[in-house]
Amino acid sequence: MTAEIGQFALILALILSAVQALAPLAGAWRTDPMLMAVGRAAALLQLLFVGVAFVSLAACYLLNDFSVALVAQHSNLSQPLIYRIGATWGSHEGSMLLWVLILAIYGAAVAIFGGTLRDTLQARVLAVQGMVGAAFLGFLLFTSNPFTRLFPAPPDGAELNPVLQDPGLVFHPPVLYMGYVGLSMAFSFGVAALLEGRVDVGWARWVRPWVLTAWIFLTVGIAMGSLWAYYTLGWGGWWFWDPVENASLMPWLLATALLHSSLVLERRGALVSWTILLAILAFSLSLVGTFLVRSGVLTSVHAFALDARRGVYILGIIAVMTGTALALFAWRAPSLKTGSLFAPLSREYAITVNNLFLLAAAATVFLGTFYPVFMDVLHGDKISVGPPYYRATFVPIFLLLFVLVSFGPMLNWKRDELSRLLARVRWPAALAGGVLIASAIVFGVGHIVSVLALALGVWLITGAALVLARRWRVGELPFAHSLELARATPLAVIGLVIAHAGLGITTIGVASVSAWQTNKVLSMSPGQSARIGGNLITMEAVRPIMGPNYEANQARFDVAGPFGTRTLISERRLYPASQTTTTDAGISWGFFGNIYISVADQNPDGGLTVRMWNHPFVDWIWAGGLLMAFGGAVSLADRGLRVAKVERRVAQPRGAGQGAAGPPIPEPGVAAEAAS
Amino acid sequence: MKRLIFLAPIAFFGLVIAAFALGLGRDPTILPSTLIDKPLPVFDLPAVRSGDAGLKSSDGAGQPHLLNVFASWCVACRVEHPELLQLKAQGVPIDGLDWKDEPAAGAQYLVDQGDPYRLAGNDKTGRAGIDLGVAGVPETFLVDGHGRVRYKVIGPISPEVWAGTIKPLMDKLRVQG
Repeated sequence: MTAEIGQFALILALILSAVQALAPLAGAWRTDPMLMAVGRAAALLQLLFVGVAFVSLAACYLLNDFSVALVAQHSNLSQPLIYRIGATWGSHEGSMLLWVLILAIYGAAVAIFGGTLRDTLQARVLAVQGMVGAAFLGFLLFTSNPFTRLFPAPPDGAELNPVLQDPGLVFHPPVLYMGYVGLSMAFSFGVAALLEGRVDVGWARWVRPWVLTAWIFLTVGIAMGSLWAYYTLGWGGWWFWDPVENASLMPWLLATALLHSSLVLERRGALVSWTILLAILAFSLSLVGTFLVRSGVLTSVHAFALDARRGVYILGIIAVMTGTALALFAWRAPSLKTGSLFAPLSREYAITVNNLFLLAAAATVFLGTFYPVFMDVLHGDKISVGPPYYRATFVPIFLLLFVLVSFGPMLNWKRDELSRLLARVRWPAALAGGVLIASAIVFGVGHIVSVLALALGVWLITGAALVLARRWRVGELPFAHSLELARATPLAVIGLVIAHAGLGITTIGVASVSAWQTNKVLSMSPGQSARIGGNLITMEAVRPIMGPNYEANQARFDVAGPFGTRTLISERRLYPASQTTTTDAGISWGFFGNIYISVADQNPDGGLTVRMWNHPFVDWIWAGGLLMAFGGAVSLADRGLRVAKVERRVAQPRGAGQGAAGPPIPEPGVAAEAAS
Repeated sequence: MKRLIFLAPIAFFGLVIAAFALGLGRDPTILPSTLIDKPLPVFDLPAVRSGDAGLKSSDGAGQPHLLNVFASWCVACRVEHPELLQLKAQGVPIDGLDWKDEPAAGAQYLVDQGDPYRLAGNDKTGRAGIDLGVAGVPETFLVDGHGRVRYKVIGPISPEVWAGTIKPLMDKLRVQG
């Protein structure tokens, strides 16, 4: 019965999404408030029904209803409760349902919080969201129905892929999807603006928080995915240039570009068509990611539900949606009002260059990911592209970009002078130069890329700190005065500083672990010891244990390092239901690096094969990623507070803003920054 | 002229979609190998496992067997590995070609993940891999008793590929001798 409720709710949601796609569009065209209101209602109801469907599927998993085919394939009686819940989105069908649910959440958010938007713009945004929703609800119902019944129902189910039975599964997909799907807001706003034929500062002010939200989730999602891969795959890799990882990296790169270009649009009214194009492309790339994972066009460790029919459907969605959006862009964008001009040396210009670098980086990833497909189509050749390609293309682009990052916030809007700019950044530049020379001497030219990256990491962090120092006029004014300036710093600026510093921290982590990780492989018996990275590792005991749904060989190690002794547990697990073995590595997490131990099979001589790594500063990779996201959140909080303040102050009657650029939002930060 | 620039995105997009549409019709896991029904190219590789004989192209002659191209740095190989171990348990002879890999890393990989191979050779330079037309790892060749390539699988061997394609072919070859 539960499954049928879910099925029925999905059908209703599909109908509602069609209403949401059409009614507000007609309403905006005829400026009919009734029809536009229908769009808002449809968005809310759609969320309700998709929510019902999602809860129904989760209930089927919780109640072990193996008459539902999906449950029988991905769950069984011995599976722990948390992974029965996680299994709800651990399959192709379930994850698409989650995708649609998140889309509905964003749609409802426009209906609820979009009240201060121009009516017609809100209606058109809702309509585009409705179209995306209808396309994916149709995809779900017609090609990937999660509620298909199985007859006769088996007494017990199969198993969720053991690699997925990890807390990572519970958080990683929802967070990542919040990011992917969040970019649909940028897309909807972009298309709606093209339909309206006007883009103004108010538009940028509205779209930026959504892009920021999506970007925060995407950043956290990617960082979590990388961390998950690090500790579950059993050999300490944290990024593989796998097609599916690339599929999340490309939208992230474009979302980052979009964040910056929309800043220019918001502050200076420039880069109008460029921002719209980025908004369209960012979401299109997140759709391409969906296509990649589910079509079988490329092989990947992540790929699931390889089904050409689904591939055709998703490709159709992409072709129609992105195609229409880009056609609209070609038609409407040339007549959009372009904003103010800026000098070649200005913050606007720096952000434009930043965008070009990010776009180039995304293009190299795109080419690397799809080169095999293109070559196959052109020549019938099968070619694979691996890490060396990315080392030769992506890494240099990013290193150059990092050089620019710390200059950006130091530049004045509109125009600036080179000599003044260089004088401003002298301290970070000197520090980074010192690090560059010192580490080049210590580590040698053999590690030149990592040495460069290390120095650039320092450059990014000190560059970020300089933003605050300059703002507070440290050393220029008495301390008390600086403190006052510090108190008045808008959160958005602090967010920028945190995010840029986070990027620096990630860079240092990547550089260190790439160049200076060490590993050892040996056969160990209890009582034996080995040294790695200044730590003495002693194997304490090995014993077989029983988990809830697995058997494992568990090894305990004592890790004696400079900061005391820790106990590590490393397991090799066998999941009998699917005859799969997994490695559960023992990791000693630390500020300066991790000791990572994985165990393999028993050797004939009774010893256990142990592989141990020293990963210097590896945690900085994820810490930096989380800091970037935190910086985004701080910036978002600032915006939220400011918008709330304005709403209280300017109690503008609904619809009065028709034709105007939205409510005026005072920007104390802008004035202060322009003055400094 | 200005309008043309705005048309560029959609023109480019059209090309990409066309490539995807054509790409969809192809299965990335099936490769038309030019080697099908031809003898294995000649190679003589040093051992992966210490104290081992290595791998020569003439080695497997006499009975149908699999030649699996792997590498310790390859993620998909790790996915495939349990299946290979199961095949070994079923008595399927599998030779391993460790492609573009340090011998020590390859040996360690076999210690870590288990060793499904009868013979294993290290192709550090990737030269033998080029002769075999290896595009990426893992790849697996089905070689008959006369040392001729009869089939090629790109990507991990799944239980379905094994049961549905390779096993029937191999059984047929065994009967034919």
